[in-house]
Amino acid sequence: MLTAIIALGTLAAVFGLLLGYSAIRFRVEGDPIVERIDALLPQTQCGQCGFAGCRPYAEAIAGGEADINQCPPGGDAGIQALAELLGVEPKPLNAEHGEHTELRLAVIDEQTCIGCTLCIQACPVDAILGAAKQMHTVIASECTGCDLCVAPCPVDCIHMLAPGQVIATWKWPYPGSEQRLTAGDSA
Amino acid sequence: MIEILEQPRQIFGGLRLAANKAQSLRTPLRSAPLPERLIVPLSQHIGEPAETLVQVGDKVLKGQPIARSLNYISAPVHAPTSGTVTDIGEYAVPHPSGLKATCVVIHADGADRSADTGLKMDDVFCADPADIRQRVREAGIVGLGGAGFPTAVKLNPGRPVELLVINAAECEPYISCDEALMCERTAEVIDGVRIMRHALQAQQVVIGVEDNMPRAVDCLRRGLEAAGERDIRLLAVPTVYPAGGEKQLIYALTGKEIPSQGLPADLGMVCHNVGTAAAVARALLQGEPLISRIVTITGAGVSQPCNLEVRIGTPIADVIASCGGYTEQAAHLLMGGPMMGIPLPNDRMPVIKTSNCLLAASVEEIPPPPAALPCIRCARCTEVCPAYLLPQQLFWYARSRDFDKVQDYNLFDCIECGCCARVCPSHIPLVQYYRFAKTEIWDLERQRTKADLARQRHEFRVERLEREKKALEERRAAAKKGLAARPKSGDAEAKKAEIAAALARVKGKKTQPATVSAMRGSADSEQGPGSDTGSDSR
Amino acid sequence: MDFPTQSSPYLPVDNGVGRLMARVSVALLPGALCLFWFFGWGVVFNLLISTLTALGAEALMLLLRRRPVKASLLDGSALLTGLLLALTLPPLAPWWLPMLGAGFAIVVAKHLYGGLGYNPFNPAMVGFVVLIISFPLQMTLWPPPQGLQHDYALHFGDTLQLVFGGTLPEGRALDSLTMATPLDNAKTQFGLDYTWSEITATPLFGRFGGYGWEWINLAYLAGGLWLWRKRAIQWQIPTGMLGALFTIALLFFIADSDSFGSPLFHLFSGATMLGAFFIATDPVSAATTPRGRLYYGAGIGVLTYAIRTWGGYPDAIAFSVLLMNMAAPTIDYYTQPRVFGHPDK
Ligand code: SF4
Ligand code: SF4
Ligand code: SF4
Repeated sequence: MLTAIIALGTLAAVFGLLLGYSAIRFRVEGDPIVERIDALLPQTQCGQCGFAGCRPYAEAIAGGEADINQCPPGGDAGIQALAELLGVEPKPLNAEHGEHTELRLAVIDEQTCIGCTLCIQACPVDAILGAAKQMHTVIASECTGCDLCVAPCPVDCIHMLAPGQVIATWKWPYPGSEQRLTAGDSA
Repeated sequence: MIEILEQPRQIFGGLRLAANKAQSLRTPLRSAPLPERLIVPLSQHIGEPAETLVQVGDKVLKGQPIARSLNYISAPVHAPTSGTVTDIGEYAVPHPSGLKATCVVIHADGADRSADTGLKMDDVFCADPADIRQRVREAGIVGLGGAGFPTAVKLNPGRPVELLVINAAECEPYISCDEALMCERTAEVIDGVRIMRHALQAQQVVIGVEDNMPRAVDCLRRGLEAAGERDIRLLAVPTVYPAGGEKQLIYALTGKEIPSQGLPADLGMVCHNVGTAAAVARALLQGEPLISRIVTITGAGVSQPCNLEVRIGTPIADVIASCGGYTEQAAHLLMGGPMMGIPLPNDRMPVIKTSNCLLAASVEEIPPPPAALPCIRCARCTEVCPAYLLPQQLFWYARSRDFDKVQDYNLFDCIECGCCARVCPSHIPLVQYYRFAKTEIWDLERQRTKADLARQRHEFRVERLEREKKALEERRAAAKKGLAARPKSGDAEAKKAEIAAALARVKGKKTQPATVSAMRGSADSEQGPGSDTGSDSR
Repeated sequence: MDFPTQSSPYLPVDNGVGRLMARVSVALLPGALCLFWFFGWGVVFNLLISTLTALGAEALMLLLRRRPVKASLLDGSALLTGLLLALTLPPLAPWWLPMLGAGFAIVVAKHLYGGLGYNPFNPAMVGFVVLIISFPLQMTLWPPPQGLQHDYALHFGDTLQLVFGGTLPEGRALDSLTMATPLDNAKTQFGLDYTWSEITATPLFGRFGGYGWEWINLAYLAGGLWLWRKRAIQWQIPTGMLGALFTIALLFFIADSDSFGSPLFHLFSGATMLGAFFIATDPVSAATTPRGRLYYGAGIGVLTYAIRTWGGYPDAIAFSVLLMNMAAPTIDYYTQPRVFGHPDK
């Protein structure tokens, strides 16, 4: 029994030392904390967190003024990442700020658009093209799906739609999660 | 100097699988009959899809380009036969997603009249390599081994090439299209290899075959002799799956490992598939672009397994029909072999440039997968992994969606050969876990780029608003000084009126949709992306 | 025509966990028969009680955890745990000993950690260690091997009574029915300052590994080699373990051949071969990288020698295996193979 205890103790000590060593050896020095928090935020710039965009929220988190669970677009994965970065316990998304939904992109119904430019002013990333009294259109690759352009539209011609699946961005399903492997339908 | 080994090496790991090639090699290679309708996808290669050059209703000739490549890594597409373009639209294509992609549909007129492609070269072996590459590019040739990488790009590695490796080690069970090609079109293969050698200015050439295809070796040897060609070596590597993988074949022939995430060109080598070589010969010597390929049609599910020369775009159902149709046992349809092939949900999809094999399998050949058990860490997978990975660790982290860890264990060195999944006693669909993880990681990367872009654009906007505010204030100050202030409320009211007027216009507009499409055209051309459109709202 | 779709590869599989476990069980047969030949009916009782308990406990736990019972029972892992435990227990142990050990192994060491594939420790060895710590006396109930001191041999009926009823055959004391194993014997005698040649002079020590034990170990070795040929186990763990055990024993034996046992004795006595080919190779709790397995095996070999020689227990396979189980994740981490196309580390 004694041997067992000694051997156990030695093993534990060795592993402890190794762990401690690698913690020192492999520690990464990085950007200032605000940058690192901002890098984890989805950059949707929707303001649902209660701040005027992702960076102000990052600053608030870094300053201890905001909690890590206020960003709905980031969802649980985002909270998890923040918790890891900051070394705190992850918590569920604060429902006051909204729910996490899959990404949807804004599409302007060009037949209805009156060219009022209100959406252009609302868009936080200048992803809407158009001039006064001309129909507007959304650059899909730049739209973050923030929803902010929907409310200002006087004719309700902006819809948030799930982007269609294309081969180039198709993802293999998690094994077991699919009834049939493919979305194959008849052509 | 790269040394070609006298005795090719055995690759690490891998599996010895029943070849099952004999059934499709019993009958000689022949051409499939022309189908009535061909569905030609615009993206049959790695890289950007090609851009259509034809419109619905156009008459096209065989070999006429119907889509051009706009990017360096892309390939044009040609009309496989003469006929009329009846549709350009979304059709299901052979891809694991089962999604649709843009295709040009051609109704054949049956005359099969050729266009003058201008690809033919009179004296290829004196030609400028750049000219050869250009024609290979115009011929739409891509890697026919299955990957579909544009061949012209691989003929231009941007550094001196010492060794050209021709991959003829068709290691997957059932597939025999390369063997059929080497036996029946030996001269074409050898011509192609010589053209490639010239285009690359390669000092050495070796054709790597597997040592279980003596007939092909025989044919090639005789062909090389007949051509008086002594500088092309022919070496048989030990038959083990996946010895025909590019990295594995190069290792077997030279003992060198292609660096992870690197290319053979990093070591002064280039590797081309033997079918690709034949396609190059065909294009440059006969002027025919890549409009057909040899396909192995096999499995217990087809009546007459064979190798057929099939026009690109032929619906799979037509191909199967020209092999006597399905047997009663047909239960699965794969494009490619049983280790790496992709499952097809139906046979209405077309044959594309990378379709090396159509395997209609019976339930005995492809039984339903047994239920997966937990990994017992038996490491059978480690023993067979030709990339020396630890598949059980990859599985562990892919399963828990730990995408950082799974990359620490070198997920991207996995060649998806399927050896690990085949030996796993717990029947875990390991490869699917790796594919899942890979596509998830790519998606995360796309999201990250998009977020970076959004951050940039947002910062830019904030700055701009700041600037504008300042400018406005300055102007206001100037105005205050000079002129009497205009009534303030006017602004907002004018805007409201404007909106009301616009609303009225829209109501009118809806009743006459014709004007809308006209206007849409003008809106499209109106402004380039990223232009500062927000500012004219003042 | 429409077809169902599934992920590659598609070829029919020709192996399975059940088959693997069945192979291992079959490979145990020669050793088990030898054990039975030398130690009598107690071996059979142990095997029966232990495997039945293991299977029962497995079924119960699967039911409680709401997992499919039949499929998991058929994978054979519980059966194998029962078999391995039984083969390490003394043949005259009372019936509740294997029952307790097997139950503990399955319920605690296997299922409370998440079931097949998730247990960090070898369940059979956890069971064994629990027993040897809690019931040291009962764990020494080895009868003399058949062919040595014939007059003590127990028959079926006697063994049945002793194991299940605890009653001794008329006129016999328990002491007179049992006998220390060679490993045990060597340990006590070294403690009394006998030299190795004096100790091995008795017939109990047979030719090189102890009377009977050498045959049992040879039989396990044969079964183990067959398993390796059939690719059910890999060579690294047995080679590492036997190699390390042999080397370290040889070194000490050369240094002082009076006070240390011979290397052959260590290889062919006690549970060495059973441990090397059947216990240490339990995939779930072992290291999984090729190099790691070599180190893992070597660790078990060295610990076995150390505990046998200087520790408090005569045999040490169980302790060594459990200690190395603990080290397995770390070993794996530091012994990742060089990946194709990566520079040498
Ligand atoms: S809630 Fe919107 S603005 Fe706030 S951090 Fe998340 S994405 Fe950015
Ligand atoms: S072969 Fe299967 S069960 Fe064995 S270690 Fe690999 S993944 Fe796990
Ligand atoms: S891990 Fe990848 S490369 Fe290795 S055997 Fe599995 S599929 Fe093949």
